Amino acid sequence: MTAISESAAGRALPWPSMLRESGLAAFVALLLTVPLVGFRTVDRPTGLGISTRFDEVLAAAALVFIGRLGLCLVNEGRALLVMVLSILALAVSAFVGFPTEALKVIAMGGAFVISLRAAMKINGDAAITLAAVYVALFLGPWLQLGGGVTLWLVAKSVIAAAALAVAVWRGLHAWRKHGAPVSLADRDKAMDRIAVKVQQASRFLGPVGIAFALIFPFLPIADRVSIDIGILLLTYIMLGWGLNIVVGLAGLLDLGYVAFYAVGAYSYALLATYFGWGFWICLPLAGVLAALSGVLLGFPVLRLRGDYFAIVTLGFGEIIRVILINWYQFTGGPNGISGIPRPSFFGLAEFNRNPTGGLPSFHEMFGLEFSSLHRIIFLYYLILALALVVNLFTLRVRKLPMGRAWEALREDDIACSSLGINRTNMKLGAFAIAAMFGGFAGSFFATRQGFISPESFTFIESAIILAIVVLGGMGSQVGVVVATFIVIGLPEMFRELEQYRMVAFGMGMVLIMLWRPRGLLAHRDPTIRLQGYGGGGTPAAGTAAAGGEAIAGGRAK
Amino acid sequence: MTDAIMTTAALPLPNATTPLLAVEHLTMRFGGLVAVNDVSFAAANRQITAVIGPNGAGKTTLFNCLTGFYSPTIGRLTLRHPDGKTFLLEQMPGYRISQKASVARTFQNIRLFGGMSVLENLMVAQHNKLQNASGFTIAGLLGLPSYRKAEQQAVDLARYWLSRVRLLDYADWQAGNLPYGAQRRLEIARAMCTEPVLLCLDEPAAGLNPRESGELADLLTFIRDEHGIGVLLIEHDMSVVMSISDHVVVLDYGRKIADGTPHEVKNDPAVIRAYLGEEEDEELPPEVAKDLEGKGV
Amino acid sequence: MEYFLQQLINGLTLGAIYGLIAIGYTMVYGIIGMINFAHGEIYMIGAFIAVITFLVLGTVGITWVPLMLLVVLIMAMLFTAVYGWTIERIAYRPLRNSPRLAPLISAIGMSIFLQNYVQLLQGARVKPLPPVVPGGFSLMERADGFVVQISYLQLTIILLTVALMYGFTQIIQRTELGRAQRACEQDKTMAGLLGVNVDRTISLTFVMGAALAAVAGVMVTLYYGVIDFYIGFLAGVKAFTAAVLGGIGSLPGAMLGGLFIGLIEAFWSAYFTIEYKDVATFSILVLVLIFRPSGLLGRPEIEKV
Repeated sequence: MTAISESAAGRALPWPSMLRESGLAAFVALLLTVPLVGFRTVDRPTGLGISTRFDEVLAAAALVFIGRLGLCLVNEGRALLVMVLSILALAVSAFVGFPTEALKVIAMGGAFVISLRAAMKINGDAAITLAAVYVALFLGPWLQLGGGVTLWLVAKSVIAAAALAVAVWRGLHAWRKHGAPVSLADRDKAMDRIAVKVQQASRFLGPVGIAFALIFPFLPIADRVSIDIGILLLTYIMLGWGLNIVVGLAGLLDLGYVAFYAVGAYSYALLATYFGWGFWICLPLAGVLAALSGVLLGFPVLRLRGDYFAIVTLGFGEIIRVILINWYQFTGGPNGISGIPRPSFFGLAEFNRNPTGGLPSFHEMFGLEFSSLHRIIFLYYLILALALVVNLFTLRVRKLPMGRAWEALREDDIACSSLGINRTNMKLGAFAIAAMFGGFAGSFFATRQGFISPESFTFIESAIILAIVVLGGMGSQVGVVVATFIVIGLPEMFRELEQYRMVAFGMGMVLIMLWRPRGLLAHRDPTIRLQGYGGGGTPAAGTAAAGGEAIAGGRAK
Repeated sequence: MTDAIMTTAALPLPNATTPLLAVEHLTMRFGGLVAVNDVSFAAANRQITAVIGPNGAGKTTLFNCLTGFYSPTIGRLTLRHPDGKTFLLEQMPGYRISQKASVARTFQNIRLFGGMSVLENLMVAQHNKLQNASGFTIAGLLGLPSYRKAEQQAVDLARYWLSRVRLLDYADWQAGNLPYGAQRRLEIARAMCTEPVLLCLDEPAAGLNPRESGELADLLTFIRDEHGIGVLLIEHDMSVVMSISDHVVVLDYGRKIADGTPHEVKNDPAVIRAYLGEEEDEELPPEVAKDLEGKGV
Repeated sequence: MEYFLQQLINGLTLGAIYGLIAIGYTMVYGIIGMINFAHGEIYMIGAFIAVITFLVLGTVGITWVPLMLLVVLIMAMLFTAVYGWTIERIAYRPLRNSPRLAPLISAIGMSIFLQNYVQLLQGARVKPLPPVVPGGFSLMERADGFVVQISYLQLTIILLTVALMYGFTQIIQRTELGRAQRACEQDKTMAGLLGVNVDRTISLTFVMGAALAAVAGVMVTLYYGVIDFYIGFLAGVKAFTAAVLGGIGSLPGAMLGGLFIGLIEAFWSAYFTIEYKDVATFSILVLVLIFRPSGLLGRPEIEKV
């Protein structure tokens, strides 16, 4: 740590150019904020009026100036100084009043990013330490010791404790060894290594995770709210895994996945309300209908190249939504469909206190006290099972010719054609299967909510699912889970900052792409291995003689 | 020369000398540009047929017509399997040419599945066979033994070709990380895993050093002699072409200008004029040769 | 016949607006081969800046219409261009050599951000503006009293679009910048080696596209007299359709495509149902891409093997 600042101390700082650069950044910030931040339209009885907020404009420009200057200093080797200052600034701005809440968030965010950048310039351990300290401070239970023990609090405390441990461990490292500054390429490689480790760990973490998910509703910390959040997370995990088949494996950028979600939801809602069919008949039907719509759309457009395909799928998503809004007689238009029947217990029992459909009630059947929680727990297990089906399918299909052909199409579709692979059929298969899973998720959504309307199926929903897939690292099953916790879980945490949610979501998507364009946990394991090779180039003895009998063990686990 | 075969309207019954591939009056136009102009020739089974010619002579276009990436403006492309099955390639959609007619190809600029492992590349090549065995994925999803057996056989075939192209040790490497020469060999192995009757190679020796070129020549001879299939070869490396080809077709400006054994072609005045220049600098295009002469080299 | 003529005028006006947005898509796609998903939001920001400038001008007492229009146009183009520049600098430039999907995702993120940023600052309610340029010519009258009108505003929009189109064509064809842009379109690396400042050229392309989108924003504000933070999405998709329809990468194609889309929308709304006009546009997009992916004026692309 000291080595860096010593070596840089001798050099004079190029103040003029640094100031010019910072001034330019501040000027751009000024131009950006003057029209939209400086002037606000307000509704007055006489029509549209305007009010001015120049204090915010000036504050924003000043923040940009300071931030840019900080980054310049980091680049000039004054990393330690900047790190200390920006941590101080972060602490101060957390307690000082700002003209608006937004400026405070910007100031804190800026100080946060700059301090991390400075730490990276010092060395990798310092950066990790600082990040871990932030995580611990941020998630620690210090803020809400008063309330009861919720799952959320437990989870936060566990993560915070782990982060603190990492901080201490890495901090000692950073102090003792004067490591080199971390470049962007180093950082990317470090993330790659983490991705590989996570991939390997998922072999036993996966079952542990599933086991936890299975017993979760019966843990004392599980209440109605946390099970509901669990259902929400699992729905998005399922959608993410479904879309992963098209985007991650087959490499087709589908911007209209929500259309199939909508087809599934409306199929169930309409079949159930018009014909009175039960959930368990409608679920497969909804899947089939969604798959059919996938084939209908896919057939003409699958040969389009990447970007065009993306736009057409987006168009298709919008067409479905417009039809849903305008076909009043059939879909209820913007009002949607309400009173969608809740699922029964596999057609054997109902979850109502006094069932009307002729079936016995669930609590009587099993001799339990009536609880409205029963249905929620059942729904939780239902979506868990559906999600696991998608996961299992993907894991297996990757090792089958169809899955391999999908990945091959993603890599080079002309070569695929030269190997006799029917490109259209394969892509259609991926599209239809993903659509089917989307349809399943849709009918689950309908039966869980009991009410659906076109509002739930906007483009933003497609974008969220896509963000989950891409953020997690395309093709990575674990990545989808991690990304769902970030994309869906984090905003749930910031309920109080409701209005900033989507702003942060959009910016977050950009930042994560800049930070790691291939996704957090992008790593691909071969689906098959020739026995005895760990992937290194060193020839193992006896391989040439191993012959055919070695193949039995050659399949990857 | 082989004019007799080319003008035969009705092909004779299959025997040892029946051509595997008959190209008749093939013409390919792109707008005003005639890339291939009325080219006819034949390629026989168990023979290496080389197609040579200066850059822009239409060789790759010819290949793209053969393998279904372009559909020819005019012409007939007849493929006759040794068992007598006949295919009109110009009427088949691209992927069918590999799937049904068993024509495999490699590409001038290598087209491997770079993010997948070497072994996976070879498994993808056996897609159709395995797809059937997996009962269009359903049997495979259920893990039925019939599929396991088929997969095992596919791995066997892959292993065989990996050892042939000396890539067995790299089986689990990511294909994109292989050195250049190894990628070229892998592409040939991948094409051979489709179990073709006709193998089309687009400049397989490009970018190889002399030792690797020699190995390539051995590999192609092996494929011809041991697997008894026809090889169609586009190549600029004359040492490879002249040493292993049974039959050479020369194109220039989209037209065929010569057709015969390497020896015949070598001595054909039209070829020398159009392509080889003087015998000493046979690999130089004419303009370069002229340039050198002008400088008194 | 009179009704038809009226719809033709309406459609051309609408088409001019779509065409101006489409140029931004087409130029960016031509030069860096990506769909600038946030371009619709740029247009939306242009419209908001227009509304705000009108209000400010009203407060300071400038009410002479031509001066107002001029000031609003300049302000909207200037500030929106800064947005265009910043977006390219922040969200796209670092990703220029990344996997194909990364810049597109980044653009989608940018689009979501801008939409909600404007909503947060300016509120979700629609912003009405009283008509600034009233009146027009009556061209002809039908027996039953139906009057075919072309308003001054429509005339302004069409004339301004023609002038801008002429100006931009000149820039692309005649100036150093235009030459640099065309060079980068062909081969960025080579252009860079030959001394073209590639980064600057791409930045300026975004600036030009944003400025044109801002003009479209001003026009739409005047034409409909009401905007909200969500107008960018649909207009963006339609303008992209226009760009594809005309042949992506082709400037006159974008304008032509815009006019087509505008006319189709006007006639569809007039003769069929107004609700499904968006479906009609999207269906056209799908049909064009399937049957003529190179668009009306684009060059056909041969699959390179």
